[in-house]
Amino acid sequence: MVPWLFLLPALLLFLVFKYIPMAEGIRLSLFEVRPFLGDLWVGLDNYARVLSDERFHNALNNTLILAVGQTAGAMLIGFGLALLLEGTARSLWFVRSAVFLPVVAATAVVGEIWRLLYYPAEGGFLNSLLSWVGLGPSTFLDHPDTSLWSVMAVGIWKGAPYDMVILLAGLAGIDRQLYESAAIDGCTTWQRIRYITLPALRPAITILLTLASIRGLRVFTEVYVLTGGGPAGSTDVWMTRVFSLGFETSELGVASAGSVVLFLVTLLLTLFVQLLRRRREA
Amino acid sequence: MTTTELRPATPSTSDSPASARKPIGVAQRCETALGWAGLRASSGGGIGRILLCVAVFLVFCGPLITVISGAFDFSPDPTKLSLLPNRPSLVNFDVATEKGIWGYLLNSLIIAGGGLLLQVSVSVFAAYALARKKFRGQVIVMLAILTTMMLPEEVIAIPLSMVIGDLPLLNLSLKGTLLGVILPLGAWGFSIFVMTEFMREIPLELEEAARVDGAGELRIFAQIVVPLCRPALGVVAVFGFTMIWDQYLLPLIVATDPGDYTLTVALATLRSDDMVGPGVVLAGALLALVPSLIVYLSLQKSFLRGITSGAVKG
Repeated sequence: MVPWLFLLPALLLFLVFKYIPMAEGIRLSLFEVRPFLGDLWVGLDNYARVLSDERFHNALNNTLILAVGQTAGAMLIGFGLALLLEGTARSLWFVRSAVFLPVVAATAVVGEIWRLLYYPAEGGFLNSLLSWVGLGPSTFLDHPDTSLWSVMAVGIWKGAPYDMVILLAGLAGIDRQLYESAAIDGCTTWQRIRYITLPALRPAITILLTLASIRGLRVFTEVYVLTGGGPAGSTDVWMTRVFSLGFETSELGVASAGSVVLFLVTLLLTLFVQLLRRRREA
Repeated sequence: MTTTELRPATPSTSDSPASARKPIGVAQRCETALGWAGLRASSGGGIGRILLCVAVFLVFCGPLITVISGAFDFSPDPTKLSLLPNRPSLVNFDVATEKGIWGYLLNSLIIAGGGLLLQVSVSVFAAYALARKKFRGQVIVMLAILTTMMLPEEVIAIPLSMVIGDLPLLNLSLKGTLLGVILPLGAWGFSIFVMTEFMREIPLELEEAARVDGAGELRIFAQIVVPLCRPALGVVAVFGFTMIWDQYLLPLIVATDPGDYTLTVALATLRSDDMVGPGVVLAGALLALVPSLIVYLSLQKSFLRGITSGAVKG
């Protein structure tokens, strides 16, 4: 009896704000939602519409590009940062703390800041930097050719320091005697990284890749704030598509079907990764 | 898999006889993966490393510095941002005040304060049951909480907005109220699990001794277990705050008019207002950054420890 009393607040909040909405979402995805007229059962029609809709295909495409690009970019740069900033000196600790700030800043705020930095005229902050090295001006977010890459860059900027911290923890756990023996054997720095550092970081890297790819699928806030999915749908991702269907055109049934599909994909990916890890550990 | 915090790398050479004969420099060069020791040019770091550090600092902090300078700049050319204000002034904050920025900030602070208080207490209660008790259905409860962690918040946005507009059984609408944002943030699987993990470590003897002395359930919980959880409370609080401050979709769907927005959501309203320049948006952005920075800088140790332990445990 006692344990349930202590669990009651959590379970009640989960029930009302997680489980009921989840069940309601699945129900809605099977109906044509008509306010005041009563919902109409349409079976799997909404799913068929999601899977055949060209704009959803485009959104899926962009979501995948963004997820892969941001995950890989943040990981590479995070690894570089970790190598650069490893060490016990106080000045390094200061740089590490400062570099981590983008992770702490709220995503929406980061989006607003970068919108201004990306100002697509010659006077814009980034464009004036580009003109120093004889490039630009670039249109950044305002042109379909450059918009997705500009969004990706912001994601990498915000994600890399997070990866850095986890990789730094991995680096700190490496036995220094391995480095010493390698030094005595005359290993080059590259060999040392390749055969000692990277294998030791493998668990951390696996986890980071998993978390980031799952997070990448549901990216919403930064895209919504930076571009709203535009221009011309060039940065539309799965969630911005669902959002505009659900809250702007009120096609709640189709939007719910889109959400359920995203949930299933996330769930499958999570389970798949868990399975892989189980098998490798066994 | 054993490292759970960012401890400084210590050279483990003192006990090996081979290293005693080597010159001191070798042990130092083996402290980091790239063989760098300190950040001074003399200590094996090299001038290149210092330059790289400066560049990295500028890339990751430069954008945040432009926010400060832009917020305090009476900017004649709204497109030009720089690292220092061209014409320092407070005019952006005056305009922002006219646009109701302090109201948005107040919304944000109430949601952060209330949400955090609720989330931390809910987690402590739930963790007490999960870590200190054995009961039927424990595994199912764990699984149920794990499911909520795998369920992306964005996915339930549409039905959640309906539930908030018409609470089950109560027929009550939380739309347009701060409570509508606070309550859904009250239970968070991550903080429950962090708390549970930590509470498992508290020795059972303490609890048994108290029970022998005649202490009741609530007394044991409030006077023995909770005070011992102080370090975990720091971790949960700093992650909870960051998570709540980062909310965008939830405050957006709960609001019935712009007056209900949190500061982070209201920035977009400011931006699309033709009467204000980018300086005012940056003033708002600065106000939205400051609380995160204060929380991060003051609780940095718990934050980094939490990140690494969470990641290593998966």
